[in-house]
Amino acid sequence: MGDTLLMIGTRKGLWLARSDGDRTGWEVDGPHFPGEEITATAIDTRRSSPRLLMGGFGWHWGPFLVRSDDLGRSWNDPEQRSVVFPEDTGEALHTVWQIVPDHDGRDGVVWAGSEPSALWCSEDHGESFELVRGLWDNPDRPHWEPGGGGKALHTILPHPTDDHRMNVAMSTGGVYRTQDGGETWAPSNHGITVDYMPEPPPPYGYCVHRVARDAGDPTHLMMQHHGGVYRSDDDGASWTPVDEQLPADFGFPVVAHPHRSGTAYVFPVTHVSRTPPQGRCAVYRTDDAGASWQECAEGLPDEPYHAGVLRDAMCTDDHDTAGVYVGTRDGHVFASPDEGEHWTTVARHLPDVLSVRAAAIS
Amino acid sequence: MDVHVRFHGALAQRADGPNRIEVALDDHATLPDLLDVVAERLPRVERSIRDETGTVRPHVHLFVDGEPARDPAALARPLHPGAQVLVLPAVSGG
Repeated sequence: MGDTLLMIGTRKGLWLARSDGDRTGWEVDGPHFPGEEITATAIDTRRSSPRLLMGGFGWHWGPFLVRSDDLGRSWNDPEQRSVVFPEDTGEALHTVWQIVPDHDGRDGVVWAGSEPSALWCSEDHGESFELVRGLWDNPDRPHWEPGGGGKALHTILPHPTDDHRMNVAMSTGGVYRTQDGGETWAPSNHGITVDYMPEPPPPYGYCVHRVARDAGDPTHLMMQHHGGVYRSDDDGASWTPVDEQLPADFGFPVVAHPHRSGTAYVFPVTHVSRTPPQGRCAVYRTDDAGASWQECAEGLPDEPYHAGVLRDAMCTDDHDTAGVYVGTRDGHVFASPDEGEHWTTVARHLPDVLSVRAAAIS
Repeated sequence: MDVHVRFHGALAQRADGPNRIEVALDDHATLPDLLDVVAERLPRVERSIRDETGTVRPHVHLFVDGEPARDPAALARPLHPGAQVLVLPAVSGG
């Protein structure tokens, strides 16, 4: 088993953590880009040398999307803007919220989601991006409103075998999907119940916090909604609640196991305070697509814990025995080397963690 | 005409650019005209000052000869030969 690299994007810079095979001891290096909000991180392992991608913004000098081909020792900030709204849109990029390398068969294709809500496609490994006009021109777009964090497209789920199909999600707006390679997009929120819209609710306006695609069956999805955890067995055409056994139906992240079908992770928080129920820091795992959930807290703090986890601050790595990673709003980063059974602390007292990504590196 | 432009050290560092430049402009050129030239010579610096719509970023201050110059009237005012343009970060953050 090779080393593992963990990118930790925070509200005040990027930290990089590295561990050898057992993923229990970590060396943490940072901050890189001190003071900048790191809103999106990605590790593209399709290349012979992994490429790190990072999006964020500074209060003074605006947004950026940079890359590193030497595991973070140096960063390439391109001369020209790599994500730039076309002049006719009249919009300006606030920040990149999501960066997703496509599957192995689409070498070079990298997707990005932005605030304001838009989807971007790169065909040159993330060096330049083009606005996906099909989604931008969707007639629902004027009705998408900002959630608490902004009006952003935060979830991008390429299909692993069918390049014509993709799901995205945004707050608020909800899930949209295409079946024609991005030319047209339709809202895909049937079955989600909300208490903040009149009956019958419109097809858009859903405050979807994150969606994850199942590793074994790409038509199976898990969603953490503003209130409610849902599953879909039809590629997002319809959604069924699966949160009865959770201590709270609210939360932000949901992450699928990288290899095993039916396994996913959430971090429940309460509606009112967005903090762990009863002050108990705990990840919950399902191994049966939400039919049941198990608390995974061994090694997480025992004392009362009142920090939540944001939507992009939970991830897995790609080892055979998957590692799971959680970054909290009070700057703790926890790692599990064994799929959530046991946890160790990677870092304490960092700034508010916004994004984490991990991958095996040689 | 030539104008003198000074960038705050944090901007120069962030954009990997110089602290000072001299820019030759046509008579009656304005600050946006100046920033268009900066965009060609130092694109990383310019995109740190303005977004892609040409709007000066909300936490960037522009001064001409020591006077604030980011409001619409000041941006439309022609520069003069030898003008001293200063680009600074605003007092902000948390």
